[in-house]
Amino acid sequence: MFSRILTLIVKELEMLLQDRQSRMILIVPVFLQLALFPFAATLEVKNNTLAVYNEDSGRESIELMQRFSQAQAFTELLTLHSEAEVRRAIDNQQALIVVRFPPEFSRDVAAGRSPKVQAILDGRRSNSGQIALGYVQQIISEYGSERLDLQQKTAPSALVVRYWFNPNLDYVWHILPCLIAIITSINALVVTALSVAREREQGTLDQLLVSPLTPGMIMIGKIIPAILVAVVQGTIVLLGAVFVYRIPFEGSLLLLYGSMVLYSLALAGFGLLISSICATQQQAFLGVFSFLMPAILLSGYAAPVDNMPVWLQYLDWVNPMRHFIVIVKGVFLKDMGFVALLPNLYPLLVIAICTLSAANWMFRRRLG
Amino acid sequence: MIAPVSFRRLRALCQKETWQILRDPSSNLIAFVLPVVMLFIFGYGINLDSSAVNIGLVLEDKSPEARRFAESLYGSPFFKVRTAQRRAEIEQALTEGRVRGFVVVPVDFAEKLKRPGDTAPLLVVADGSEPNTASFVQNYVSGAWSGWMQQRASERGEKPPARISIEPRFWFNPAAESRNFLIPGSITIIMTVIGALLTSLVVAREWERGTMEALLASPVTRTELLLSKLLPYYALGIVSLFLCVGVAVLVMRVPFRGSLLVLWGIGSLFLASSLGLGLLLSTVLRNQFTAAQAALNAAFLPAVMLSGFLFEIRSMPAVIQGVTYLIPARYFVTAMQTLFQAGNVSPVLLSSGMFLAAAGSFFIGLTALKTRRRME
Repeated sequence: MFSRILTLIVKELEMLLQDRQSRMILIVPVFLQLALFPFAATLEVKNNTLAVYNEDSGRESIELMQRFSQAQAFTELLTLHSEAEVRRAIDNQQALIVVRFPPEFSRDVAAGRSPKVQAILDGRRSNSGQIALGYVQQIISEYGSERLDLQQKTAPSALVVRYWFNPNLDYVWHILPCLIAIITSINALVVTALSVAREREQGTLDQLLVSPLTPGMIMIGKIIPAILVAVVQGTIVLLGAVFVYRIPFEGSLLLLYGSMVLYSLALAGFGLLISSICATQQQAFLGVFSFLMPAILLSGYAAPVDNMPVWLQYLDWVNPMRHFIVIVKGVFLKDMGFVALLPNLYPLLVIAICTLSAANWMFRRRLG
Repeated sequence: MIAPVSFRRLRALCQKETWQILRDPSSNLIAFVLPVVMLFIFGYGINLDSSAVNIGLVLEDKSPEARRFAESLYGSPFFKVRTAQRRAEIEQALTEGRVRGFVVVPVDFAEKLKRPGDTAPLLVVADGSEPNTASFVQNYVSGAWSGWMQQRASERGEKPPARISIEPRFWFNPAAESRNFLIPGSITIIMTVIGALLTSLVVAREWERGTMEALLASPVTRTELLLSKLLPYYALGIVSLFLCVGVAVLVMRVPFRGSLLVLWGIGSLFLASSLGLGLLLSTVLRNQFTAAQAALNAAFLPAVMLSGFLFEIRSMPAVIQGVTYLIPARYFVTAMQTLFQAGNVSPVLLSSGMFLAAAGSFFIGLTALKTRRRME
């Protein structure tokens, strides 16, 4: 029996790696994504343009402008001279944020009053705007407390902020563990769903079914190559994360790979389930896509799961990627152990068992 | 030399393609069901405006001063505060992700606060593995903290230290709702899927099944063949575009300030570029499996990652910013966000439209070239 399954697996792998084109399509995108996305997929605000409309001409506002231009978030400082220019700068997206100093600003600061500064932001990019606003706020409040220091008054209390698991709050540390999950899932799903659909479209599935192989064995023959592809691609991203991006791997490799296999099983289950209801490759591919898209978006990678409405958080329980991202991040950055990860491991097991048995049942029903 | 187009043949071919689209449940799923599902996900599932973060609080000092500070955290609408007795307990919760940060009021807090010339520190720890949430935690705690400081100063009859305050105004989107910019951007993703993914399969399928040879042996010309693949999918895309905009505006209440005519124009140009890319991949690769994978990597992932709909392009390194200029989705995202929120700002729309037209003609032209070579 094992030799039969082994033959099937070898045949599947040969199909996947048959020619240069197919090998390239499995490997090149992984490297490309590894090189591009950590830099691209970031919610940080860097290299942006800040514009200043200064109606004041005192020392204090000029001092603040200099501080803005030194901030890492803003590499360009645009000086505006009228309301119309402010409107144009925002409309045409020349600046993300315009800071407007009122005419009496410097006099108010010097006299110890509390003046108001206006910040105009591009609402089309409200998230980046909010982050940029945070930077501006920080610069202004640092300036304020330095003025206090000059008057030799110590603040009675201070905040000491520490970021655990990622001391410099580097986005790349968040993205790469997520990328391990995303890249492995795309291919694990596509490989299982499309290989069955291709056999069906080309009529070779019938040939397989009349062979001594049972539907269960055929399923295993489709699942194992998918797991192999997922694990190899996951390893490439993992190596890149540790050796190229220099993110310290804190946890246990055994736990990571164990859960990666479990995760691939859950995905292969979904892949087989999708292919069992599809007649053509097009249907299978679009079906995979319709599953993958919401799964990635609701995985906690783009926006935290905590921010979703509660009913959607419950619904999202069936999304294996959501659990796997917690596991990868937990093992990678936080050195979480098996017991701590159990709340995220058992859903994967439940999902894998449910989808695989459903797919098995569908295949048998189609035969009968 | 371009052979004249026979409208009778073209109509027959288009009819066949249209039937194939309408008969297949998967293309209906992609064109009409998935867009609506995605809009709702973007509208409600992806929320960058962190609301009520779970944080922990350890009061090692139980003095009235410490309690007053704790009140300011309890009172903040941005936090759900869990109180813990010992640090170890809350550290465990942070590791497991049950809280996203915690605040420790150290034993000697009140004592140091009273002593003139001394500074009483408060420890704030945030979960760096969720950087976006971590910076929210830091911002909100420091907001609550400075409120407490001001109140304390005024109660003690001290003149509060002069403070420069900022009055933020978000133009186009006064409440700074992330939904208002995510939804217009997400329509781009949907259009990419319909344009590139769906068409990447169609020509490859004809080759795989051998029907392409039959077509090539018929009097059908290259232009007719291309048009018969483009027009039906174009119609599908445009219907889906207006469906998306309709759902976004009428159901999800995202304001739309531009003109529908401009939307139709820009939408058509973008569809031309993504249909062109899909057909090109399909024509060159001739294999559904590889063509679909290639479309995923060449059209869909760049549209998600490099179009600026979620991730700010200006924050990327220069090289990657350079790459984004080659991605049609980038221009469509800008155009859509502008059309929805700012109205018809012509310089932005004009430059986007011009690039999309160029990209469209490039891909379609290249496809035509590749088709000819195969026919000879």
